[in-house]
Amino acid sequence: MLQSRYKYVFLWPALIALLAVIIFPLIYTVLLSFSGWSVNRIGLNWVGWANYARAIIDPRFWQSMGTLYTMVALCVLFEYVLGFALALLLWKQARAGRFFRVLFIVPMCVTPVIMAVVWRTIFHETLGPMNDVLGWFGIPPVNWLSTTTPAFATVIIIDVWQWTSFIFILMLAGLMSLPHEPFEAAQIDGAGPIRTFIHVIFPLMAPITLGALVIRLIESSKLMDTIYTLTSGGPGSSTETTSYMLYIRGLREFQIGYTASLSILYLIIMLVGLTVFAKAMTRMMRIAPSAH
Amino acid sequence: MRFPIYIGLKWAALGLWSIFVVAPFLWALTTSFKSDNGVTQGATYIPWVEYEPTLEGWAALFRDPAQGGIEIQGPYLASVLVTAAATFVALVLGTLAAYGLSRFSFRAGPMKNSDISFFFISQRVMPPAVLAIPYFLLLQNTSLLDTYVGMVIVYTTMLLPIVVWVMVDFFNTVPIELDEAALIDGCNPLQTFFRIVLPNCGPGLVVATLLCIIFSWSEFFFAMTLSFSNVQLLPPTVVILNSNKVPWWSLSASALASVLPLIIIAFFLERYLSRGRLARAFK
Repeated sequence: MLQSRYKYVFLWPALIALLAVIIFPLIYTVLLSFSGWSVNRIGLNWVGWANYARAIIDPRFWQSMGTLYTMVALCVLFEYVLGFALALLLWKQARAGRFFRVLFIVPMCVTPVIMAVVWRTIFHETLGPMNDVLGWFGIPPVNWLSTTTPAFATVIIIDVWQWTSFIFILMLAGLMSLPHEPFEAAQIDGAGPIRTFIHVIFPLMAPITLGALVIRLIESSKLMDTIYTLTSGGPGSSTETTSYMLYIRGLREFQIGYTASLSILYLIIMLVGLTVFAKAMTRMMRIAPSAH
Repeated sequence: MRFPIYIGLKWAALGLWSIFVVAPFLWALTTSFKSDNGVTQGATYIPWVEYEPTLEGWAALFRDPAQGGIEIQGPYLASVLVTAAATFVALVLGTLAAYGLSRFSFRAGPMKNSDISFFFISQRVMPPAVLAIPYFLLLQNTSLLDTYVGMVIVYTTMLLPIVVWVMVDFFNTVPIELDEAALIDGCNPLQTFFRIVLPNCGPGLVVATLLCIIFSWSEFFFAMTLSFSNVQLLPPTVVILNSNKVPWWSLSASALASVLPLIIIAFFLERYLSRGRLARAFK
């Protein structure tokens, strides 16, 4: 560590910027959540816990939470399995690997909402290629965006298309940085590919798996852009995620105070959920079968 | 043991996933050359065989909106401006902070360096939907709503955690002896940082820059809620085109034009990401 009285010059500009633009709004949101700010009544008038009392029994809010976490769980599960599998397939490919690596990370680089515009045309009921291709196999057309389960599936398919690439590149980077010795040991012990995977690769990849899953859970809990473009939360409210609901309540209906209380609840649930998940995963990985 | 079946399956899987990945781009590409008859009679794919290609979809992007063109050049330029400015500010503030956190020890009550780094990174947890209302009111009160300055401020704070995350990890790999030698030679810490350490951090800076560009170019929620007429950014513009019943060919052309810079970035990003540097950040 270096010593210098100049050290604050480095840290403070960014820290102050962040505190001003994140912490202030957060505190302000807490204040708002105790106010009755709405279209008819602008300003911070104290209403106590009224917003929270309303929020806790708002079925729409809990439904949106359920929708969000069902979506997130399915998306992250598929993305993890597919991303890890693709990384394993390309792990030892030196030459052809480059081509596929570039190709496979393109989805995570492109703008989700703009791709959602393209996906909307793909899933169009009569003019889109999705139903057309299904037709080649004799499958009758599906009303992708206007019936409940297919709309839900569409959101998941698009998310998996976009973010499997993220898990893939993280897992590939992890695989490439693994030490050689455990593999040599496994080979000497005569372990086949499946046993090598279970006893060597999987435990060694545990830390990066945890990191990748936590990042994906955080990012996908914000799921909203795609929904906005694709289904507007519909049909009904079947694909309405919490972020989308907050947007409608807050910036469309201008129920500022009430939305602030929903935001705080959402944030608390998210943070508690993430902490519990990370703790549970860490414990699970510690007792996972290990090569040592 | 390598069975031919295993190898066949492996390439089949890679091929299938490749098709899935490129399908939306190919569909948008072929659609962008269509006209009425290629779209309204069901899905068509191959130009000249299934439909007669035209350049109308792309030409509309360059025509004046008054003559049936698509208003996309203005938002494109606006997105370039905001992305460049926010990336630059975030890189300057973020690398300075990351260098500080990597080289000096800080203490704020119980918080130490690792806690401060975590504090920066943890800001990614905040959903834009939660921040949007206070941002809206904050920018409104400072008359920065729907201005370039306001958007750059919001985007910069969105990017800071990413820069700090990438750069703290990177600076930790640059030996501290380098700094010590420079300090002994009479550089002050700022000179040491700018003249000695930063020039040795090319790859880290490239990754941070590329990630910043991707995140700010693709940002949608703040762009939609905090800017309307004065500043029009690309993602909301394309989404609005979609709801305004713009024909599919122009819609596809503008979507492709919007994501093209990001596809090029993916090519560069791959070189840096798959070298194991990223993996170390988790250990």
